[in-house]
Amino acid sequence: MDIVVPVRLVPDPVEELDPGPDGTDIDRDWIEFVSNEFADHALEEALLIGEEREDASVTVVALDDGLGDVEEVLHRAAAKGADRLVSITGVSPGAPASEAAALLAGFLAEEDFDAVFTGVQSAEDRDGQLAGRLASALDLPHLTVITSVAVDGDTAAVEKEFGGGVTADYAVELPAVLGIQAAREPPRYVTIRQIRNAMRDADIEAVDAEDLGGSVTPATSVVGLQEPETGERAEMIDGSAEEAAGEVIEVLEDHGIRV
Amino acid sequence: MSGIYAVTEHQSDEALDDISYEMLDAGRRLADDLGEELVAVVLGADVEAFTGELGVADRVLAVEDDALAQFNPMAYADAVEGILAAKEPRLTLSSVTSIGMDVAPAVADATGTPLVSYVADVAVEDGDVVATSQLYGGKMNVDSALEGGAGILAVAAGAFDADAGRAEGTPDREDLAVDVGPDGVAFQQLNEPEAGDVDITRADRLLAVGRGIDEEDNIPLAEETADALDAALASSRPITDNGWLPKNRQVGKSGKTVDPDLYLAAGISGAPEHVEGMTDSELIVAINTDEEAPIFDYADYGIVGDLFDLLPALEEQAGG
Repeated sequence: MDIVVPVRLVPDPVEELDPGPDGTDIDRDWIEFVSNEFADHALEEALLIGEEREDASVTVVALDDGLGDVEEVLHRAAAKGADRLVSITGVSPGAPASEAAALLAGFLAEEDFDAVFTGVQSAEDRDGQLAGRLASALDLPHLTVITSVAVDGDTAAVEKEFGGGVTADYAVELPAVLGIQAAREPPRYVTIRQIRNAMRDADIEAVDAEDLGGSVTPATSVVGLQEPETGERAEMIDGSAEEAAGEVIEVLEDHGIRV
Repeated sequence: MSGIYAVTEHQSDEALDDISYEMLDAGRRLADDLGEELVAVVLGADVEAFTGELGVADRVLAVEDDALAQFNPMAYADAVEGILAAKEPRLTLSSVTSIGMDVAPAVADATGTPLVSYVADVAVEDGDVVATSQLYGGKMNVDSALEGGAGILAVAAGAFDADAGRAEGTPDREDLAVDVGPDGVAFQQLNEPEAGDVDITRADRLLAVGRGIDEEDNIPLAEETADALDAALASSRPITDNGWLPKNRQVGKSGKTVDPDLYLAAGISGAPEHVEGMTDSELIVAINTDEEAPIFDYADYGIVGDLFDLLPALEEQAGG
């Protein structure tokens, strides 16, 4: 049971974003990039299956656009228990899902695998989500927004989430591409020491994006970028925590909410 | 290429999901601006039940097949690809729901059609369509141009007006035969949400916590504050994804829609998927360390500060 987990780095959700100089992309200077949180869940689900099955191996493939610390992300994955680390280098900054899918399809064409677990979405999926595109490129079944995977032989029993708390059970023939919304457990924590040890022991295989052909769907062009127009901003309450809390209580009482 | 085709969605056997009417609202505007026909695409084993409120569309295009009885990403993609091949739509509308995310990217890749996702607004400029995507958790709007106004638009849930896209009436229906198959994905069963201990949709007051709560060990702090305020505890998605609170406490796209008298959001940035579930709240108060957090655009009152200071202060002063 070989599971491949693609990881893309995205701007840290806590970063303040600005339009870049040419107005067609965010300014990628001076901001931190972190692994896509949904990819963290995809990795966790893969590792959980790895623990349940002796024959399982987990390969993490990071797309390196030269901006984030891909090595750190891969070493962290190794510290968590990933068996094999691959970095696809020379990826364009903030590569959209179409490019990521084409590169990953090129890489996976030469690989034996039973499943690909992608994060269900990423902050930069302007042209759609990765799982469906990658599955189409590989001509494999796919299903996304998944919250649990149980592998039995050549089939994965998965739970897919719809809106309003409704879910559905599906059986998916392997190999397949599954878009993971949430792992059964929160992504595991590893210490700096564990990451350092992984850094010492783990090899990263580097693959050049240029060597991975693959056709890219015609993209649309970005013609503008702006911070969302703010509606009426909240009335801000200043002061110490005690003062602010007191003012909130007053506001609530003014609105007939007695506490 | 002609026509605007909105690929409607349904989880149940009885009615289309609201997102379908949101697509039809966007589609109607685009069709009028581009001088095109609006076609409501309905997929299922028997679509009769879904066609009664499609008065906003000019025509209905139905694909009926047993493989479409429940949602199946492969069969749905086959159906939409078949429609693209047979009808060559100018624009196809899909969504960023659990269904749309399974269909639109696969169809875009298989057919080589440009796709813009997370679309929250559309405009027509000189025959080109400019679609505005809400990206980066709602922090940046990105405008994409579709040359000749052709491609697939996946609209964000809650961005368009379902009421404007819903009207009594069943336009002329055409049935299209498409070869569809489950291709390795088998639907098993639908699971209704567990009732759980608390129904947050019925609570008058909610304290909702998000990523800012940092770790599971801090949940009791929020519980105590909620108790002091006589509020139920709710959360944004990352908290339930991590298993720190049960799924029935989640507000937003994949959770519940709530409209309490008081919605106190602590450590929630205000991503569109969350905001969708709480904007109808009577009074919204937000606490966040990031003064740029989008939540402050929706809140009535805001405090830039640390929830670990503010929640205990609120708890202490409640009941005073």
